Amino acid sequence: MTTFLQQLVNGVSLGSIYALIALGYTMVYGVLRLINFAHGDVYMVGAYVGYYLSRRLQGREPSMVSALLVMIGSMIACALLGILIERLAYRPVRRESRLTLLITAIGVSLFIENAAQLVFGPDPKFFPSLAPHADFIVAGVRLTSEQITVIVVSMLLMVLLRLFILKTRTGKAMRAVSFSLDASRLMGISTDWIIAVNFALGSALAAAAGVLIGMQIPKIDPLMGIMYGLKAFVAAVLGGIGSIPGAVLGGLLIGTSEVMVVGYLSSTYRDAIAFGILIVVLLIRPQGLLGRVQKEKV
Amino acid sequence: MKGVLAAVGLLVGLLVVNGLLTGTLVPGVSISPYFLQVLCLAGINITLAVSLNLINGFTGQFSIGHAGFMAIGAYASAFFTVTFGDSVRKAFGLLPGFAGDSIVLLIGLAIGALLASIAGFIVGVPSLRLRGDYLAIVTLGFGEMIRVFILNIDAVGGARGFAGIPKLANFFWIYGFAALAILIVYRIVHSSFGRTLIAIREDEIAAEAMGVHTTRAKVIAFVVSAAMAGVAGGLFAHYLMYVNTNSFTFLKSFEIIIMIVIGGLGSISGSVLGAVLYITLTEGLREFAQYRMLMFSLLLVVLMIVRPQGILGHKEFVTFLTRRRRSIGEAPGTAGNA
Repeated sequence: MTTFLQQLVNGVSLGSIYALIALGYTMVYGVLRLINFAHGDVYMVGAYVGYYLSRRLQGREPSMVSALLVMIGSMIACALLGILIERLAYRPVRRESRLTLLITAIGVSLFIENAAQLVFGPDPKFFPSLAPHADFIVAGVRLTSEQITVIVVSMLLMVLLRLFILKTRTGKAMRAVSFSLDASRLMGISTDWIIAVNFALGSALAAAAGVLIGMQIPKIDPLMGIMYGLKAFVAAVLGGIGSIPGAVLGGLLIGTSEVMVVGYLSSTYRDAIAFGILIVVLLIRPQGLLGRVQKEKV
Repeated sequence: MKGVLAAVGLLVGLLVVNGLLTGTLVPGVSISPYFLQVLCLAGINITLAVSLNLINGFTGQFSIGHAGFMAIGAYASAFFTVTFGDSVRKAFGLLPGFAGDSIVLLIGLAIGALLASIAGFIVGVPSLRLRGDYLAIVTLGFGEMIRVFILNIDAVGGARGFAGIPKLANFFWIYGFAALAILIVYRIVHSSFGRTLIAIREDEIAAEAMGVHTTRAKVIAFVVSAAMAGVAGGLFAHYLMYVNTNSFTFLKSFEIIIMIVIGGLGSISGSVLGAVLYITLTEGLREFAQYRMLMFSLLLVVLMIVRPQGILGHKEFVTFLTRRRRSIGEAPGTAGNA
């Protein structure tokens, strides 16, 4: 039982990372109907920006303040990167077929991965510890301070995102655009701006996930975004793409089941489990766990 | 009769070219082993691209799991030739030589193709009911799962890779099968079944309303495509003599997609052109080492922005040069598919 609880804690903390990345996928898919393959790479860039920022701060004592600074810096940098990707690569092909968009996304993803190998170097880097480390034992379960940070920060960000989308004018416009791009343009919403906001927010969340993973698993490399990105996308589809609570639920499910498979079966199956769950869910409930059914119009 | 003559002519031609390239026909005349290898890998890529185009280009179903079927073909055929190769030769009373090798290779490839097509069926039946992006992500998932399962089979080396595969494939076999793949896809596309597939691509709902059993047609196309990918995988394994699951990640599937997209989805000659261009560019840019993939990915994005339908679009090479309007499978006034 203790082992199970321990795995559950590990799973939830990994799942929170997936959930943060999945939010970006779901938001972009909601407005553009695009699988933004480059999103996983934005997450990787987020981790690297965090790495370089924390090296700048290295003279200081590890503290929550410097961790916060690093995270905010990385989020801003990636928000800009997200806007740049959308402006340069996706906007010119937005009116083309969905397939063209998808291939453009694959191209952007490959570009960022290879550029990162040039700029950051292909070898893994070790993330310096940002915040003071502590272990807590609760009912026989070991909770590291990093795990607690990951869970608390990601939950906080998700709540903030939800409030932003539900309570602000921009959030309302975002919901309108994801409901119907053309109709909201007709109603006078600046759709280009809203799409840019979507990319900025999604990329900032991915950057936060990058810094958080750096704190938890301190090894980062230029190709780390591929698998995390794919699994986060799977999480978004699992929860129902376009649905924000769905992305969170999907992320937690994928993270927990992955940790359980590694813990109880074999670590070689860790990459297969996410896809296995996805396939089963899509066959039974194609719109995902919390997704809306979309009627096909002829 | 004309077809048989053409086939015999092609085979003899390939044998002659094979002899010339490897230096067995005219002593002293050959090309560098590096160039020969690039040429052979290009041939395997042609088979892969043409087969994927059947499902992605002509049927309009976006599949990103082709590398998985290639892996099945590679591992199954390699496992067969390594384990049973000698007993097959003995059964036919043949010494290790061209005849014996050919039979072993052909049986191996047939097994690879069979298993890949079975996998294609298992993957296709449930997933082809899904549409668009969902299909893409599910095929990607299946492709990765196939890879992970092979990784866990110790009999074929697991994570160490599968070494010691006899070198049975050569230029002759690779281009022979590439020609066969082109022929099969050409005949399918120009049959009434091919028109069914194109109808599905253009408008799935309309096709269904016209009485097309869309899932069945899609599954058949998918199975045929998977079988050809299996053959390509088998050739790949018997040419390089070593396979590792790392060669069959979804990046390999992306590569094949890039090839058919560059050439033009729904164009057979486009796939050939795309496969050749891809390998020429990746090998040609090799001296720029680390900038290679960077330039390549940039090229892909620029191509999508400037010419999203690929170089040839839906057209075949000949029609592309002569008539610039419409060709097989393209209804007047339509462009691209959703």
